[in-house]
Amino acid sequence: MKGISAVYRKELSDHFSSYRFVILFALIAMVSFITSYMAGIHLKESMEGMAKPKFAFLMLFNTTGALFSMVQFVAFFGPLIGIVLGFDAINRERGDGTLIKIVSQPIYRDSVINGKFLAGVTTISIMLVSIVLVISGLGLILLGVVPGVEEVGRLFIYIIISIFYISFWLGLSILFSIFFRSIATSALAAVALWIFLSFFVSLGASVLADMVAPVNAQGSERTEATVRNIRLKQFISLFSPMSLYTNASATIIDPMRKTTEALVLMGPMEKLSAGRFQNPLPIGQSILVVYPYIVILIALTLVCFAISYLVFVLQEIRT
Amino acid sequence: MKNGKVIETFDLTKNYPNQAAVNKLSFNVKEGEIFGFLGPNGAGKTTTLLMLMGLTQPSAGSAKVYGIDPVRKAREVKSLVGYLPENVGFYQDMDAVQSLGYIADLNGMDRKEARDKIIEVLNTVELSSHQHKKVGAYSRGMKQRLGIAEVLLKDPKLMFLDEPTLGLDPEGALKLIDLVQSLNRDRKISVLLSSHHLQQVQKISHRVGIMIRGKMVAEGSIDALGKEKLGVGEEEYSLEEIYMKYFKEV
Repeated sequence: MKGISAVYRKELSDHFSSYRFVILFALIAMVSFITSYMAGIHLKESMEGMAKPKFAFLMLFNTTGALFSMVQFVAFFGPLIGIVLGFDAINRERGDGTLIKIVSQPIYRDSVINGKFLAGVTTISIMLVSIVLVISGLGLILLGVVPGVEEVGRLFIYIIISIFYISFWLGLSILFSIFFRSIATSALAAVALWIFLSFFVSLGASVLADMVAPVNAQGSERTEATVRNIRLKQFISLFSPMSLYTNASATIIDPMRKTTEALVLMGPMEKLSAGRFQNPLPIGQSILVVYPYIVILIALTLVCFAISYLVFVLQEIRT
Repeated sequence: MKNGKVIETFDLTKNYPNQAAVNKLSFNVKEGEIFGFLGPNGAGKTTTLLMLMGLTQPSAGSAKVYGIDPVRKAREVKSLVGYLPENVGFYQDMDAVQSLGYIADLNGMDRKEARDKIIEVLNTVELSSHQHKKVGAYSRGMKQRLGIAEVLLKDPKLMFLDEPTLGLDPEGALKLIDLVQSLNRDRKISVLLSSHHLQQVQKISHRVGIMIRGKMVAEGSIDALGKEKLGVGEEEYSLEEIYMKYFKEV
């Protein structure tokens, strides 16, 4: 344990004193501040003279004010935080010749990677919590609504999901930093995979779905084909952590969202009930809807870290 | 540990996919001695050191360091052994005290103990006047001395020094060699010294081992090896001559 805590403390202080972190934090804080400020102004205008909706406070996070909402912003750029914190975790120490010195101290070798990962996760958590708190404060001032217990609970779950989402990318970039000796290569590989999984998978999903299950039939068969096409598209997009995260977090933040399925896929009764019952879901039900997404996201994060762990422990360290 | 041997290896072997880096190596280092570990580049010296600390798994054979098997109890071995790697690296934006503080942390020393110890080792290696300078601005000689300080921090019984004088100017190298000798004499630290500077090795080593292509071709005191290879009668043998003789034979 002493090994982990020593590495953890050192890495944490490194993160917080590095320019890299300061720049990243300033950028993220600024963007999320502006985003929610715009959302707040927008909400305030549209709620002028009307009764306040039930979950006005949460709308601060998912209303598209200027360009994108806070939730979308984290989905897009959260991975970058993880990548920036981890892409040179191991290969920089290897290149500097400090890794061999550390592992020749009386510690278990896994302490190095555990300490680094935990320090990254802590940094991510502190970042997210402080940003959500700042936005909440902004909401209190701008909107004058106080969050209820359920809203606080939803925000809490949102933060947890976000931490796992960003930690997945942290784990992945640490994995690349173990595989690749060169820092530039590991950074590029992580960014490439981020772009691929986040943007191209969803694009590729439609292309692939159109290829495998084209919608060109007529009449009653057309509906069948459409359903198949959309099922396939959804299945493929599950390979993208971003779509997992977007689905999960959007449903948690927005109590009015009752399903992650496309409207086309709903049966007639489901459509009817969705149209008829316009009340928000209780928090427990919202979680139930996106439960599989959350589980996959957590599993992905753990698997990614487990692979890094194994590779690192079995690898030979000479420098 | 029995019969005063701090290191014993028994047919220690390490095979890499293309070649055998260490081939059935058997040698020993006695308590309190400086053992000069010689050999050309790529002879398997560093691999041997790594195996002795449990950082690399041997393909066959075994080793004992203070009677402990490094494969099974690497952590115990590593708390007895201080290792100064070839081209030791430092975190560039830390100063000497911070660097040493991290090593102390990794060794589980508490804060007060660490502080006293850091002052002590910085004095030993004569870096006290530079202790708050960033390591990135250190000269090579200073870095090497800081490396020794990091090794001394955990009060090792045994030091592995891999090419400690590589790239140092003659004065710096001499200073370092004298430091190693005084540590061995005053603190009874056994030393396994790997180096290409044969004159320096000759100056301070009690015994030497010559390793060529993964095998120890000679092991013993310089006098004994000299008598064996160069014949009787010389007043003082030069390690360089002995080394070249062995090298040509293989």
